[in-house]
Amino acid sequence: MTLTALFSTLSFVAIALLLSLWQRLGLERDLVVGTIRAAIQLIAVGYILHVVFNLRDWPFLVLMILLMTLVASNNAAKRGSGLEGIFFKVFVAIAVAEIMSMALLLGLNIVDTSPRFIIPLSGMIIGNSMIACSLLLNRLQDEVQSRSEEIKVALSLGATSRQAIDNALRGAIRASTIPVIDSLKTVGLVQLPGMMTGLIIGGADPVQAVRYQLLILFSLTAVATLSSIILVFITYPTMFTKSHQLKPTFFHRF
Amino acid sequence: MTKEKSRYIEPLFKFKGVTKKRRTSSTSTITVLKDVSLRVNEGDLITITGPSGAGKNTLLSLFNRLEEPDAGNIFYRGKSLREWDVLQLRRQVGLVFQSPIMLEGTVRENLLFGPGLRGQFPDAPLEEIMDMVGLDREILDRNSLNLSGGQKQRVALARTIANGSRILLLDEITASLDQDSASAVEDLIIKLNQRERYTCLWVTHDRSQAERICSHSWFLHDGEVKIISNS
Repeated sequence: MTLTALFSTLSFVAIALLLSLWQRLGLERDLVVGTIRAAIQLIAVGYILHVVFNLRDWPFLVLMILLMTLVASNNAAKRGSGLEGIFFKVFVAIAVAEIMSMALLLGLNIVDTSPRFIIPLSGMIIGNSMIACSLLLNRLQDEVQSRSEEIKVALSLGATSRQAIDNALRGAIRASTIPVIDSLKTVGLVQLPGMMTGLIIGGADPVQAVRYQLLILFSLTAVATLSSIILVFITYPTMFTKSHQLKPTFFHRF
Repeated sequence: MTKEKSRYIEPLFKFKGVTKKRRTSSTSTITVLKDVSLRVNEGDLITITGPSGAGKNTLLSLFNRLEEPDAGNIFYRGKSLREWDVLQLRRQVGLVFQSPIMLEGTVRENLLFGPGLRGQFPDAPLEEIMDMVGLDREILDRNSLNLSGGQKQRVALARTIANGSRILLLDEITASLDQDSASAVEDLIIKLNQRERYTCLWVTHDRSQAERICSHSWFLHDGEVKIISNS
């Protein structure tokens, strides 16, 4: 794509700005800031990737993935601000999902061991894992608060914390995997995924593009489920005391 | 000395200087129980009354360690509550909540829930427990969520009995029931106490109910527990 073509895509932003002004939506500032941020972030990433791809050094690759994981963990952890040590827990969930899926992809020779494959794939895995963790934390706290009476009934009958919170955990895991499962069901019928579209526009064979897309979809499904399950099981104990008492924060709204 | 010892009956529960605070907002707390000392003997039927927010529900939650006191000690059968296995304690000391929350599934599944946690079955057949609480055996396989308020309250009570609890903590269990259902549940608790020797601690805001049930009540006010005569 030429630079002229790239600049002309700003006309889409101009349309949104004009619509906002016409309807007095007050979105102008956010649109301008968002456009500038997106452009700077993506251009910076483009240059960083250019450098990393050329260096071909593992330490840089690992550092880049670690940085991506830290940013994703920080973002997802905001959804669980009332939970103890949540940043570390989210980091563990995302990191384990990334390590396991990469080990599988590289170990089975599904993808090439070059930064050109590892970084974009890691980006998708970590990003998807971050969304699953955010949704999980959001839903888990809602589930526990709305089911606090049910949890207390189970505890008073002699259930352990794990037994008492079982339904809430299942509900939260199901909710966090809805986006990825829905996209599995509708892919190709409702939307053509971004990666596949990018490859086709870039001149790749559509059949090859579809194969890569399937690889991504399947691995992202596993990643969302895996990171949700890891996160839920290392998070729920912080909602209880060691004596199987639901902490007051989770049944009183202040 | 030996004679004096033999006359002493160990209370079922003993509270020694128990204080409990409750958060009312993210920055403030109130003291709902101040240095409370009391005792409960096996087979007692005690009603607990007091104004709203006096800490009646909190007091009940301390008996089976759903909540922890901030100061003081609670003894059960002569041993500090903290020394008991909490899961075993909650099996023995059952709490029936004001709103009869049903667990997902049938009435049968609700009654089997507690013993099922330990891979056991109830000591008595479920049909017998249904009879005991005045519920029709036919509803055992009905979805518990589709029952009436009165039926749910009895199922909640039956669930606690099926779990093997001989000590019942009853949290305003007739508050949401109509007059007929409330008196039926009232008769049932009195029967369980008098015939089956269940120990019952019953929170009620209804003074006339407290007077009907037993001769003395605990009255909670300003964090203190006073024993009042109902006669």
